Amino acid sequence: MSEPLFSRKNLKLLSDPINDSNPITVQVLGICSALAVTAQLKPSVVMALSVVAVMALSNVIISLLRNTIPNRIRIIVQLVVIASLVILVDQVLKAFVYDVSKQLSVFVGLIITNCIIMGRLEAFALGNRPWQSFLDGVGNAAGYGVILIIVGFARELFGSGSIYGFQIIPDSWYIANGGFYENNGMMILPPMALITVGIIIWVQRSKNRKLIED
Amino acid sequence: MNFLKNFFEKTEPYVQKGAKYHWLNSVHDGFFTFLFVPKKTSKSGTHIHDFIDMKRTMSIVVLALIPSLLFGMYNVGYQHFKVIGELASTGFFDIFLYGFLKVLPVVIVSYGVGLGIEFVFAQIRGHEINEGFLVSGMLIPLVMPIETPLWMIAIATAFAVIFGKEVFGGTGMNIWNPALLARAFLFFAYPAQMSGNSVWYSFSENAQTIDGFTGATPMAEAAAGNITYTVSDAFFGFIPGSIGETSTLAILLGAVVLLVTGIGNWKIMFSTVAGGLFMGILLNIFAGSQGLSEEAATFFGIPFWHHMVLGGFMFGAVFMATDPVSAAQTQKGKWIYGFLIGVLAILIRVLNPAYPEGMMLAILLMNTFAPLIDHYVVQGHIKRRMKRAKVAA
Repeated sequence: MSEPLFSRKNLKLLSDPINDSNPITVQVLGICSALAVTAQLKPSVVMALSVVAVMALSNVIISLLRNTIPNRIRIIVQLVVIASLVILVDQVLKAFVYDVSKQLSVFVGLIITNCIIMGRLEAFALGNRPWQSFLDGVGNAAGYGVILIIVGFARELFGSGSIYGFQIIPDSWYIANGGFYENNGMMILPPMALITVGIIIWVQRSKNRKLIED
Repeated sequence: MNFLKNFFEKTEPYVQKGAKYHWLNSVHDGFFTFLFVPKKTSKSGTHIHDFIDMKRTMSIVVLALIPSLLFGMYNVGYQHFKVIGELASTGFFDIFLYGFLKVLPVVIVSYGVGLGIEFVFAQIRGHEINEGFLVSGMLIPLVMPIETPLWMIAIATAFAVIFGKEVFGGTGMNIWNPALLARAFLFFAYPAQMSGNSVWYSFSENAQTIDGFTGATPMAEAAAGNITYTVSDAFFGFIPGSIGETSTLAILLGAVVLLVTGIGNWKIMFSTVAGGLFMGILLNIFAGSQGLSEEAATFFGIPFWHHMVLGGFMFGAVFMATDPVSAAQTQKGKWIYGFLIGVLAILIRVLNPAYPEGMMLAILLMNTFAPLIDHYVVQGHIKRRMKRAKVAA
């Protein structure tokens, strides 16, 4: 272990997935939950944090076990690890933020099937040391979380007129109160989440030179 | 007109590649070819061109839409004065003027927003301005209820142009009909403003209305089991509805223009109507069956030909389904595509309580399937010819 903890290479593990190889916008993984939980900002934030926790810990655990897991049953071992962590996260959410936990409902449990997590375990944690795996896990989950929060922000602002539960659009603007404004109902529906993710991909690809294909 | 021509010819060198105002090239080209027949000649390949280029095509479609637009304006005024009970005492021109002043802002907003976005994209991407929006910009106002707020029309137009067209690569590349996409967007985003009983008539809230006025469209009434308008009213268009869709007569005038000039495809129009009639007859047959509620039985029992003049069926069949970009391209595919639009439109209209009218969704759905239909038609051709080739050998 001659390498410093935050060497340039290690930091790249953390920063790469946030932009250049973002799990949602570049690898297009984990779309299902990104569409389902982002109607409001609060569940998006909670979901992002949950995935960060599950992903960082499962990466570390699998990385620690990587030399003892028999190759033929590695998938089921990974699943057991992820599932236990997800149950832990679910219990914590139920204990401390019950209303959000109810909103997220089945999607917390479905973190198990989030392909980003399995993908990183397979592609990274099985072949790297715990510290690097930890950084990779945090980085990828953060990349996922950033998109979730952006989408959640846009959808809540235009779909419900509020941000993080606080009303932003004044009540007097609404048509029902004699104003001219109306919330965009389509923003609350999943198709608009897909289009929002599409816009993010569009912007990112036009800004990031590395992603421009010929 | 000569001074305009001189102006465009004189300014041409300044907007060439590398010249001072090169970024204005597409705007210059857009206006020049809009006003005058393009003088460009081809440098390779086909040398004989039809004089009908895309701009002329689009202009003819806009021309075909004029009867619907004019009647739509008149009908807006007609419905307004009818509701406040002053129809008898108001002259023709007052009625028309009222509708004209109501519809004009919608048209301006639709064209302004749509063309603005088209120009910006043409500049950024460095290609010519596409004329496709000339038609979409006219179709969008015609499929809107009169009381839709203008900013919603602006947003819907922007959505349709950006996500219906530009992300796919501009005019000619779109999967769905942009005007219908704009309407579908509003339908799902602002359902309260696009359906219900308050958007089809234009009058101020505290105005006096005649007794028994509910504001429902014939479609909503029919779903509730009342047939309130006679066929002739619906045919001539004196019924509430979206601005341009009410008068079957005006639409048929447009259809004649499209068919005579060969711009609208008669196969699609014909098969759409055939599909609608077929489904109508089928529903008529089942109207007497047991287990239907009273409303449903009345709705099922609407004579099949009556469906043709209600709602947006004719407008969709003539102007929307025939959109050459989003329709099926193969000849056999056009028959299938049109027929299924007709069947689905009536099916959704009668059987789905959530949607009083089904034409929009039917056309969008079949737009989605058009490439698939084409694929199988082409595969079928290939298979048949392969077989023939083997027999000969």
